[in-house]
Amino acid sequence: MRTLLFLIQKEFLQIFRNKMMLPIIFGVPIIQLLILVNAATYEIKNIKVGIIDYDKSTLSQKFIMKIQGSHYFILTNNYLSTIEGISAIDNNSIKALIVIPKYFERDVLLNRNPIKIQLLNDAINSVNAAITYSYFQQLFNSFIKEEINKNSIEQPDNINIIPRFRFNVDFDYKKYMVPGVLVMLITVISFVLGALNIVREKEVGTIEQINVTPIKKYEFIIGKLFPFWIIALLEFTIGLTLGKLVYNIPIVGSIPLLYMVAGVYLIILLSLGLFISTIVDTQQQATLLAFFFLMIFILLSGLFTSLESMPKWILLVNKINPLAYFIQTIRMILLKGSGFWDILPNFIAIVVLAILSMSLAILRVRKTD
Amino acid sequence: MEAIRVNNITKSYENINALSNVSFSINQTEIFGLIGPDGAGKTTLIRILTSLILPDEGNAYILNLDLKKDYKQIRKIIGYMPQRFSLYMDLSVEENLQFYAEIFGVSIKDNYYLIEPIYKQIEPYKERKAGKLSGGMKQKLALSCALIHRPKFLLLDEPTTGVDAISRIEFWEMLKNYQNEGITILVSTPYMDEALQCNRLAFIKEGKILTVASPSEILNNYPFNIYDIKNENTYQTIEYFKKIIPDAIINRFGQSLHCSTQLSFDEIIQATDINNILIEKIEPTIEDCFLWISQQQ
Repeated sequence: MRTLLFLIQKEFLQIFRNKMMLPIIFGVPIIQLLILVNAATYEIKNIKVGIIDYDKSTLSQKFIMKIQGSHYFILTNNYLSTIEGISAIDNNSIKALIVIPKYFERDVLLNRNPIKIQLLNDAINSVNAAITYSYFQQLFNSFIKEEINKNSIEQPDNINIIPRFRFNVDFDYKKYMVPGVLVMLITVISFVLGALNIVREKEVGTIEQINVTPIKKYEFIIGKLFPFWIIALLEFTIGLTLGKLVYNIPIVGSIPLLYMVAGVYLIILLSLGLFISTIVDTQQQATLLAFFFLMIFILLSGLFTSLESMPKWILLVNKINPLAYFIQTIRMILLKGSGFWDILPNFIAIVVLAILSMSLAILRVRKTD
Repeated sequence: MEAIRVNNITKSYENINALSNVSFSINQTEIFGLIGPDGAGKTTLIRILTSLILPDEGNAYILNLDLKKDYKQIRKIIGYMPQRFSLYMDLSVEENLQFYAEIFGVSIKDNYYLIEPIYKQIEPYKERKAGKLSGGMKQKLALSCALIHRPKFLLLDEPTTGVDAISRIEFWEMLKNYQNEGITILVSTPYMDEALQCNRLAFIKEGKILTVASPSEILNNYPFNIYDIKNENTYQTIEYFKKIIPDAIINRFGQSLHCSTQLSFDEIIQATDINNILIEKIEPTIEDCFLWISQQQ
């Protein structure tokens, strides 16, 4: 037990001695949190669109003005022909082309169904294209509704869905994104720190001297893990505080619960990192391997994409993806205020993964070749 | 009394036999030298005895502890100084020593007397980081750290390689002190002249032990007269003596050559008929013995 304390003390000494290390560990994630949350947005504004107006009527002019008035679209140009418009999409000067057909005004005024309008959409980025489409549809539907209501006495029997977004009432993507980015940052830091640590002792040669001492394997691993665990939790705290202060994310659930989950989760990542460190020979190999796993963990986790739309086998892979459990649990606690019993299934999974990965690291440590 | 017993240790890496069938024993409080050229298997043997690598075959007993079964106890009683400096470069001299004392559960104060002769030389620099020390100081720190838990068996892998001549002499003087403290020492070196400092030594070449004996036994058992021959053109002289004394062993030694033969001094003088040559009868060096023994195999 005393040996463990000395190992931890030595590890802290080395971390604080390394002048570059602390700024990297704390500075970089803070900057990333400030930048990434703003960059990783699902809101789209200022989509450049072009228009071809074959109708040239009062109503079509009114519609064009409505498009200009919306902050989603910027009307860059009026084109005379479809060909001209399409070539503008080709050379990237507009993202979408709206074609107003002939007899548009007449069809609307006579309420001739269906009223047609064309949207030519640049789908290089399918997410953007889908969002452009849905914005445009909303805009168009509301415009038509207004016009028809104005002209007809009878009220059309429209069915309206009024959505209410629970737990994120104003549908603010930042509330969704901040926990995600925060999770990603502590994941990367803890995983990479772990992966680079033991292999460094191998490269420098200090492992040779350590291996002939009576240090036990578990003492060695815990001695490595604990200092980084503290650092990662500190980092989590800083990130959470920033999220609250800068982005005003809601912290609905219990903070101790949040830390309990984060604490166990970090053991998984650090153990896996240390495991990688024991199987490789150079820091270069460790870095490459760590990034390989991080990419998979992050992209499969549902951090940026929706889990529901992934194929079944990927969901199976996600059963062993610690990040998938953690990101879900963190969002549940932060935004929904879920309690211990709500998150229990996820928490059990995290605990099991922590036990497995730590055993893996301890078993893989070789004091004798 | 026998302290270390090595029985038929064999170790190979892929197709290379690093050690084949190595057996010898080391007596209590002996300085035992492992002498051999680079790549002879010295480091492999030492690493096996420190329990860092496992032998393919054979076993060893260190103070009655079985290397394969009792390696945990063995790690408590051995001190090891690897060939490559293996302390924490980013920790200071004092922190390194403190750390190794702590993980062995001893206090620096209790065992200070043991390391004092070496450590007091680097103590003025105890705040300095180990990575910033000179080669000789690094070596002293490494030895201090290997000794701080008062090991019973000390293994030193080429401790004097890359160290200046004066520090080397000092170093061997210090090792002799530890002998008096009851520590058994195994030390490897590629320098033949250091072999004389050992109580007994093993010549090792290509993974095989050629001989185990005390330096005086080795020197006394040299079966030839040996002559130091100097001439301006060493290469031609070698060829010449090979011709006139076909069964002689002739090796180059720096500026001169050593000629080992049964012939007496007068006989060799009579046989030589070139000018400008200096022939001197000398005592064999340990290097002559090593070369002879290794050529015999």
